Amino acid sequence: MIDLTVTHPIGDRIREVLPPLPAALANGALAVASLALLVTVMAILLVWLERKVCARFQARLGPTRVGPFGLLQPIADALKLLMKENLRPTATDMVAYYLAPLLPITGSFLVLTVIPFDHNLQVANPGAGVVFVIAASGLGILGTLIGGWGSNNKYALLGSMRSGAQLFSYELSMVLCMLLVVMAAGSASLREIVLSQQGTVLDWWIFKLPGAGFAAFLLFLISSTAELNRGPLDLSEAEQELTGGFHTEYAGMSFSMFFLAEFVNMFAAAALGSTFFLGGFLAPQIGVHAVDAVLSFVPGVIWFGLKSGFLIFLYMWFRWTFPRLRIDHLLALEWKFLLPVSMGNLLLGATLVTFGLLLP
Amino acid sequence: MNTPSSPSAPAPEHRLPPGFALHASGADGSQEYFLNMGPQHPSTHGVLKLVVRLDGETVVEVVPHLGFIHRAIEKMGESETYVQYLHLTDRMDYLSSHINNLGVCMAIEKAMGIGVPERGEYIRVMVSELQRIQSHLLWWGAFGMDLGAVTAFLYGFKEREKITALFEDLCGARLTMNYFRPGGSNADVPENFIPRVLEIVEEMKFTLDEFNALLSANPITISRTQGVGALSRERAISYGCSGPVARASGVNFDVRRHAPYSIYDRFEFDVPLGQNGDCYDRYRVRMEEMRQSVRILEQAAASFPEGPHRAKEKPVYKLPAGSYFSSVETARGMFGTYIVSDGGLKPYRIKSRSPNLSNLAPIAEMAAGGKIADLVAILSTLDIIVPDIDR
Amino acid sequence: MNLAPIPHNDHLFVRRLKQVGELLRGMRVTWGYLVRPSRVVTREYPENRETLTFPERFRGQVVMPHDAEGEHNCTACTLCEKACPNGSISILTTKNIADKRVLGRFVYRLSSCTLCNLCIEACPFDAIHMGHQVDNVEAASYERAALDLILNKREGR
Repeated sequence: MIDLTVTHPIGDRIREVLPPLPAALANGALAVASLALLVTVMAILLVWLERKVCARFQARLGPTRVGPFGLLQPIADALKLLMKENLRPTATDMVAYYLAPLLPITGSFLVLTVIPFDHNLQVANPGAGVVFVIAASGLGILGTLIGGWGSNNKYALLGSMRSGAQLFSYELSMVLCMLLVVMAAGSASLREIVLSQQGTVLDWWIFKLPGAGFAAFLLFLISSTAELNRGPLDLSEAEQELTGGFHTEYAGMSFSMFFLAEFVNMFAAAALGSTFFLGGFLAPQIGVHAVDAVLSFVPGVIWFGLKSGFLIFLYMWFRWTFPRLRIDHLLALEWKFLLPVSMGNLLLGATLVTFGLLLP
Repeated sequence: MNTPSSPSAPAPEHRLPPGFALHASGADGSQEYFLNMGPQHPSTHGVLKLVVRLDGETVVEVVPHLGFIHRAIEKMGESETYVQYLHLTDRMDYLSSHINNLGVCMAIEKAMGIGVPERGEYIRVMVSELQRIQSHLLWWGAFGMDLGAVTAFLYGFKEREKITALFEDLCGARLTMNYFRPGGSNADVPENFIPRVLEIVEEMKFTLDEFNALLSANPITISRTQGVGALSRERAISYGCSGPVARASGVNFDVRRHAPYSIYDRFEFDVPLGQNGDCYDRYRVRMEEMRQSVRILEQAAASFPEGPHRAKEKPVYKLPAGSYFSSVETARGMFGTYIVSDGGLKPYRIKSRSPNLSNLAPIAEMAAGGKIADLVAILSTLDIIVPDIDR
Repeated sequence: MNLAPIPHNDHLFVRRLKQVGELLRGMRVTWGYLVRPSRVVTREYPENRETLTFPERFRGQVVMPHDAEGEHNCTACTLCEKACPNGSISILTTKNIADKRVLGRFVYRLSSCTLCNLCIEACPFDAIHMGHQVDNVEAASYERAALDLILNKREGR
């Protein structure tokens, strides 16, 4: 039986000094507070990174004015958005209109609660962590759907209908890719999945399942790009066609919630990718003792950040290189290509696992 | 544009907006709706308004609405002298302002029998071709952005800036040039003009390869453009399309080749022709045109003569009574200038035949049955300049 | 010249491989920009204001050069006023001590000027130029009246 309790020096200390219920509450509050801090910092960092990286892809400099290297630019942006009037067009559905921006960020927040950032750095470790992740990420879809519908705008409606069609279908192949790893690791707990990749770099699931792992990684990358609503698969925003899609009518803080959720979501997806395929917080080991010792000296949270950062960079690279797909091509790509391939890949992975054809 | 009110017309509350056909073209039970694209929309490039009749994402009908940037340039021309009128043509097709100027200058020269010195003709050809490349570079960037590749937009502008900087040195302006004058141009080229043109020519070869690597063969671009918005040769002719739009449909017509003006008959260049008339052919025709313009520039730079840049200036330009026509090939097609003179200092009537109105006309036919994204791609490859339509 | 036909005869699998190759080729282009800082084209205005130069022919706005004694070349012949297509120039004349018609005020309305250069070309005395200094280019102002300029510093003689 797997022990699911997360142990952390601070959490343990609290459990020692307080009776069980207050300890659980205090631990929960601490976890939420630190996650909120992480989300804020991540959002600021990613907004800055996106603007800088995008600028350099485009032979520009990006933000340079606010703070060193423009690092404080996202804060200036956030302040500007905060001070803007929170406009609501009269013909909108008030409940739906104000509820919608909260859902995507809640979804990505929930996903982050089960991500293991380090050996002992995880808010909760449910045995069915993968199922929880899939369920929580569905909230984001709901947000775009409700927002587009509640806006009472044809562009917004088109955008949200697109996002409904797109996200529901891409969820499938993304889940199938995750399922492959769950099957191979023999556990749906995210921490167990990471720990199942202990050993050298070749023990990461991307390499350990010959062929199937890498294919699953690529499929995950594509379908998570669609899940994230990022170019070239940002059909529901599609500025050039739908003038912003589901968030056409949003302004000020409500808009910035959508905006923030996009970046936090990106971090969550990258975190999932590195957890499932790249060994999560494990240091890369190459089998040479001296080098390995140095590598494992670096804390796991740094490795986790680097791996997620690599995936985030890939997302940015895709976005700032490719043109956008058309909606029917996008759905055809999923239903006619990605879904069959990921099913076949799952089958291949099952065969490999059953017959023990893994890399040694 | 009145709504027909035949007995079979639907109830008033279901009356269609102006310009739409009444018959229901969608399938049974379809829920068609109307969407205003523009005048403020990222992809209508300026102030074009398209009223789109949609069935879900599928475009049933498109009706363009014009006139948002009508400035009565032709009417204003009637109260200005011929030379003053030149600067207004800058503001029609602002990406081909040199070539527009050239069209008016040629009509004046034809009327007054003014010759242009050899060097002046070379300047005209080289500047026109630079302008064509400049315009196509901007189009390439805008096309990339319309398809969602924002990076392409920046690359297009980055390369265009080199030619814009050259124009800045040449005539002091970046967009509204007002450089050509009857009999030549208002100033000689700066000293380092030819070396800089050759530099741009060399860079263009590299740039075009880079552009091809980024967008031309990209499977997403191809899937977005191939077979989308096809315009047959016959329809292109009947709509009066010209320029790359017509040539992509296989209409072998280029004013530079088939009614040569200035000294275009002295240079070797090809007129690229497409077969399918779809967005991808229009894209490839423009990419090839840039290469051909580079070829012309190379030839012209190699034989650039010395001498005066302008024929002796007349104190006033007074056209003999009569009517005069000239046509030039701008980056978008045939630009004709028709001047009626009553012998006075100012034209009695000036009429411009601008390529963009005719090029926009087939959009309803091309976009019907496609998706919204196709409409954007079609609009982008038609490469219209709205101020040139409204004038 | 017809465009080269697009090849369709590849096997589907080969075609897909080629398409992936094309995607990677596009990514290599953007990567080339990311890793080479020398390809950044941004110029940081207004930080570079001191070193910012414009070409000699740049049409910033019409200026009237004055020599060391503060004299200008304008004789109030009004050729520029006549050349202006949109009435941006008004020449107000006055009489000098010898009862000769001279320039009183050279009124130049930058707000309606299209910078077409026709006035400069019309001037037979080289009295007006197109300014190409940074100050001539930065013409933005909060009120429209600030764009109505009087170019001469003193009356003509």
